[in-house]
Amino acid sequence: MPIAEELAKKQRQISIAEFFERNKQILGFDNLTKAMITSVKEAVDNALDACEEAGILPDIIVKIEEEGENEYKISIEDNGPGIVKSQIPHVFARLLYGSRFHSLKQSRGQQGIGISAVVLYAQLTAGKPITVISKIGSGFPAHKYKLLIDTKRNMPNIVSEEILHWDKKSGTLVEFHIKGKYVKNRKQSVYGYLRSTAIVNPHAFIKLIEPDGNEIIFERISDKLPKQPREIKPHPNGIELGTLLKMLKETKAKKLSSFLSKEFSSISSQKAKEILKIAGVDGNLPPYEVSVEKAKKIIDAFKKIKFIAPPTDCLSPIGKNLIKRGLRKETMQLSPEFISTDMRSPSVFSGIPFIVETGIVYGGNLPRDSKVEILRFANKVPLLYQEGNCVITEAIKNIDWRRYGLEQKGGRGVPYGPAIILVHIASVNVPFLSESKEAIAHIEEIEHEIRLSLQQCARKMRIHLSKKAKKAKAKDKFLLITKILPAIAEKVSSIVGKPKPSLDEIITQIMNIVWIEDAIEEDNGSVKSIINITNYRKTKHSFNLFAEIPGKEFLDGVEPEPERIEENYIMWHVDINPKEKKSFVFRLKKESELDENNLYIDGLNPVYVIGAEKWEGE
Amino acid sequence: MDALNELKKIAEKIYEDLANARVPSIQLPSRTKSNIKFDERYRVWKYGSQKITRAANTLAGAYMLLRTVYTLDFIRQMIEQRKTSTLRELYYISEGWGEAKFHSQDESDKLAEDLEILTRRLREDLKLRPEEDGARVIGDIVIEEVTRKGEKRRIHCQDDVGDSGYSIPYNVEKEKIKFIETNADKVIAIETGGMFDRLVENEFDEKSNAILVHLKGQPARSTRRFIKRLNEELNLPVIVFTDGDPWSYRIFASIAYGAIKTAHISEYLATPSAQFLGVTPSDILSYDLPSDALTKEDIDALNSELSDPRFHDEFWINEIKLQLEIKKKAEQQALAKYGLDYVTDVYLPEKLAEMGYEM
Repeated sequence: MPIAEELAKKQRQISIAEFFERNKQILGFDNLTKAMITSVKEAVDNALDACEEAGILPDIIVKIEEEGENEYKISIEDNGPGIVKSQIPHVFARLLYGSRFHSLKQSRGQQGIGISAVVLYAQLTAGKPITVISKIGSGFPAHKYKLLIDTKRNMPNIVSEEILHWDKKSGTLVEFHIKGKYVKNRKQSVYGYLRSTAIVNPHAFIKLIEPDGNEIIFERISDKLPKQPREIKPHPNGIELGTLLKMLKETKAKKLSSFLSKEFSSISSQKAKEILKIAGVDGNLPPYEVSVEKAKKIIDAFKKIKFIAPPTDCLSPIGKNLIKRGLRKETMQLSPEFISTDMRSPSVFSGIPFIVETGIVYGGNLPRDSKVEILRFANKVPLLYQEGNCVITEAIKNIDWRRYGLEQKGGRGVPYGPAIILVHIASVNVPFLSESKEAIAHIEEIEHEIRLSLQQCARKMRIHLSKKAKKAKAKDKFLLITKILPAIAEKVSSIVGKPKPSLDEIITQIMNIVWIEDAIEEDNGSVKSIINITNYRKTKHSFNLFAEIPGKEFLDGVEPEPERIEENYIMWHVDINPKEKKSFVFRLKKESELDENNLYIDGLNPVYVIGAEKWEGE
Repeated sequence: MDALNELKKIAEKIYEDLANARVPSIQLPSRTKSNIKFDERYRVWKYGSQKITRAANTLAGAYMLLRTVYTLDFIRQMIEQRKTSTLRELYYISEGWGEAKFHSQDESDKLAEDLEILTRRLREDLKLRPEEDGARVIGDIVIEEVTRKGEKRRIHCQDDVGDSGYSIPYNVEKEKIKFIETNADKVIAIETGGMFDRLVENEFDEKSNAILVHLKGQPARSTRRFIKRLNEELNLPVIVFTDGDPWSYRIFASIAYGAIKTAHISEYLATPSAQFLGVTPSDILSYDLPSDALTKEDIDALNSELSDPRFHDEFWINEIKLQLEIKKKAEQQALAKYGLDYVTDVYLPEKLAEMGYEM
């Protein structure tokens, strides 16, 4: 039973305050630290949802002040669309007002008990009313309310209301007092929650003012609002008999055939006919007359037919480029050497579409000997508790990370190494393990998708690491010929008192390779990739050089003239004499991403090449 | 000037390599247990014919060569300016050598040994001295030492010294010290300071007519050279008295046969006729000495000695096997179990008599 119904039922029998006391844990107030995080989280999630719905880039300010022993004043201000005057008391001072719970739509709000629970918690612990200021647009006044919840009737108790001038186009500010505890330097903290939130909400600007006055700013890195998720109809894959029977009873469709094509996504009238044929059920039957046996046959027919995936525009994933940028920004101080992200195509469990997105950050100053950090998200909200029970953690544990360059005891369990693993699940109905909504249930389809997505990132990480190892070797040789050997020559020449000999031939002997080094530079906002080739062999070489590009349309200049340019690569023909050095350059437009060059060669034995792989064809 | 030429030869070899477009390299004997061979002429263990090549075709090899040329240039300058430096100073001096800088003193110490081998000259000829101060000597012998002011001073190592004895300087060659006369008839080299002091307090140098030399654990080169000179020039037998554990046997081996690290100069340092007195594993049993259990490292060291050519004689094989059997080790001072005078009144006289010495 959804929590809303349960709560509503109980509400009649016991006072809200009593209910709250009994269900503190479910509501996320089981200890002082968590109560602090939950309070901030509910308000921030609301602010983000409201801004997105109204098409506004969110500016959110969270301010926390210490007022006494374990007592804090918290204020959260946004630039959202505001709340109309008459609704303000109901939104904040009535438990479970609003009805997001029944909708099949991806939203943050699905996951919390709501801001009114925070108000109630505040009222029960600090005993002070909540202050709300809201304004719905320029030309409108701002309204300021002080509110309490009448816990007997579950109705707002308006302590005071006034009109005031607010120098803001629109927005809402809430301010309340709670018993809580502010902690720093760990994942389960207000900072940790906001940092994670910033990673998956790159379009948001968030400012946190901590109790000691310290200001932390999470900058906006994308001016694009995420696409609005859409409400959808159930998908025939994995739908349960009970749900189907309920839908048959409630539908307005007159005939079974039109019921199928209207009430489900991905069923055309053509598909409906196919289903009915396989099920052996008459399509002209009124839906309410469909028996349990016939419904079962329809379900069986669903399983035999291939449907197109549910509509993807009902989901609003973050996107692999934005996740990468979010991760890069929030891990900047750790200067990681590698970030890879991936987004799967939408998939379905029990007729519910979902998308998995993942990312891996590697290296830099991340701790080498401890377990990797796992960042879990559901519908862009960080999951901070119950990591061990979550399908995300389970999926990570079941991958053999040793193959990808992380340490793992026995090839199972959370891996060790300098890495952060991010997993985001977006769905119209995230299957949480329990009402506390802190861990996602073990759904096979979800675990499978997480695994595939992480393996995709991990493969790139492995390639990066093996490249790095090769480069380190190459660097050694380079140091040898550019510094050490000349230093030896200089010293012995001075000891024996003779002129410094030429080292060219020895260098060729020692190196005996074609050396390819590359660098990526930011050049006036565009990306410039430079590839230098030096022939340290005794013979002249002719070969083809391939450089991977993110897409032909991003290309903004190539030098020298290449042999050809394809969608995903540039090919040059290279003729190079012993001791000769040649440069190859391409530029990419601003909006494209290039973290690492992937270079390939063809027509030269790869053992004589450092800095490029063998070209295996397209 | 001789050392200077040898150093220059190394630099010339590297220069010629470079000038003729050869990857520069130097060859050194391999300094491992498997490459020490018995030298019949000197009756000591020296490096065999296995060579290792340090070439500049790898980064590690190139670094070695770079450090080698910097170090030899530094030594060249010291010789010209009549200066000396300690091994530690060499390590610190390299701070200013850029890429050629040493990353630990171990590296610079090893390189100093390499240069000795390459130039076939002693460390002293290369103007490098060790940190370690020499060990102590008490006994009926008169030594003439040239002091730093150039005066010759005669020292009687019983009458002219305190209870801590005569300190062996780092240079013990003839230009520095001479043996004038002695009435002693043997040298007893003692591993630990505690036991040395016990023998001094009990006046064992007088009672047994011995020159007592304190080894201070693994003996410094100067101590080993000093003992060798006592043996060679005064014809005194050398008897070594250590703890009864594998590490002490190595101390004995370095005195009698030469150490693996310094096998290139074994003929200067080793005293092939030196004899091991104890504490032997047999002593642990026959004197019923307080003992400790062997650790894993002890057992590994004993096994390693079984495969060490220097220990390939009946005495050592039997004793080491016995020790592996009883799994015990004992310190020299364990003899105090029977009283402070037991070592000088009973143990040493008995052991010396067994070895054929008369008190």
